[in-house]
Amino acid sequence: MEDTETVPILAVEAPVGGELVKRHRLATRFWHWTNALSLLVLFMSGLMIFNAYPRLHWGDIGSRHDPAWLEIGGDDKRGYLKLGDSEIPTTGVLGHWRNAEGEVKTRAFPYWITIPSRFSLPLARSWHLAFAWILSIALTLYMLRSLFNGHVRKDLHIRRAEWSPRHIWHDIKDHARLRFPTGAAALNYNILQKLSYIGVIFVLLPLMIATGLCMSPGMNAGMPWLPELFGGRQSARSVHFISAFLLFGFFFVHMAMVLLAGPFNEVRSIITGWYRLPVAKEVAE
Amino acid sequence: MSQLIFPRRRFLGGLALGAGGLALSGCDAIVENESLVSAIKKADRLTYHAQRTLVSRQAPAQEFAKSDLSPVFRANGSTAVDTPAYQQHTREKFANWQLKIGGLVAKPQSFNLAQLMQMPAREQITRHDCVEGWSAIGQWRGTPLALILKAAGLSSRARFLVFHCADTLEGLPYYESVDLVDAFHPQTILAWSMNGQMLPVAHGAPLRLRVERLLGYKHAKYVNRIEAVTSFADIYQGNGGYWEDVSGYEYYGGI
Repeated sequence: MEDTETVPILAVEAPVGGELVKRHRLATRFWHWTNALSLLVLFMSGLMIFNAYPRLHWGDIGSRHDPAWLEIGGDDKRGYLKLGDSEIPTTGVLGHWRNAEGEVKTRAFPYWITIPSRFSLPLARSWHLAFAWILSIALTLYMLRSLFNGHVRKDLHIRRAEWSPRHIWHDIKDHARLRFPTGAAALNYNILQKLSYIGVIFVLLPLMIATGLCMSPGMNAGMPWLPELFGGRQSARSVHFISAFLLFGFFFVHMAMVLLAGPFNEVRSIITGWYRLPVAKEVAE
Repeated sequence: MSQLIFPRRRFLGGLALGAGGLALSGCDAIVENESLVSAIKKADRLTYHAQRTLVSRQAPAQEFAKSDLSPVFRANGSTAVDTPAYQQHTREKFANWQLKIGGLVAKPQSFNLAQLMQMPAREQITRHDCVEGWSAIGQWRGTPLALILKAAGLSSRARFLVFHCADTLEGLPYYESVDLVDAFHPQTILAWSMNGQMLPVAHGAPLRLRVERLLGYKHAKYVNRIEAVTSFADIYQGNGGYWEDVSGYEYYGGI
């Protein structure tokens, strides 16, 4: 029954720091790890799928005969990333790299970041499509549960005062100085956390699913308005790729924050739910 | 000092590479594991049933205007057939080409190109979506498959239609199959014309399947025989198509 416990945001005695408190509900923890695994598999298998056609277009059509806004490629000498008219040399990493056996390959993304590590579009698709189901089902259940168990209302809802530019600026400064909240304040998400979690749960992940569905000729027959919404199938593919890298960016910042805020305590809280409230290191100004 | 540091650095570098390699081979041991792969491949059936439930059987693939046509429509897979018989057909402009329909039908029969072209035709401008990720828009004109199935009298025991092709890839004959929902879909045609001209060799002359709600590999080119079957388990390696057999692509190519 632990997941029905309410998070003691306003305990009778306000916590001051040092106490072990229940921070994450079971639903949140379970979803977090399902997501972590799904996004890892989806990202790495997605890069392999991209390798099968490493060019991005806007509009409905796009093949090797049409102009691309992004292209990763290479030949026997070099690798490159073309962005519009500019070309960035990427030899050794993208478009020209050596596999584990030391052979030069000219696929876009290197073997150590793709699933599988050898070039196989069908196997990458099998993993990608299976985990797309897992991600979508888990996201839907989590959204519903968060709406009904108060997670959205209590923890993610941004209050009016938090929207003030002064408050947001203050929070950005605190983050930049690596000053993290302590005591009871550490129990609440701050505005930047709220914005990034809302951005991921309600914007980026649904966007990934919607643009992913636009890749399906079967679904496009059922909902032709969906690819049209993005400006065509190739546009949707571009948005899918961009959103994937925004999620990748979120992952990096997320990891940095965990490391800076105390990896043991943070990881314990997302596994067991228990979190030790940080004690203020110095007296507040 | 540097002599000491250098090997140690090399050792540490080697250790990191080794650890990376170990993690990677561990990763490959999981993603290439046969029972895991066959488990995740079940998602293909889930996708198939979900799409059949959510999308109306008649729902058409989007059709486009002439101004949307791809300037160059990429030809993929086989772009020629190098058998003497096929060369002979190209010289004769496919005048003696035969499309046979057999298997679970009441009246097995064959059609030549002229007969097919005299039947009511359907023209459509649609987007071709390759499994690799690229798309091209082309104009197709051809005989609705439903008319051919009607003429042959499809048996009620038939569940799939297998399209046998004249081309080979890596020495194996190309073939594909679709279920009856896709077979009877109004946009499913055996196209003999592309972009207002007779179907070019690179795109499957004289006849290719257009099954617009599926990915490109299902659109068999150089079709010369249609076989109605209850199950495709006994055909070639039993997975329902060339790419399904050779590389493990999903049978349902709707996503």
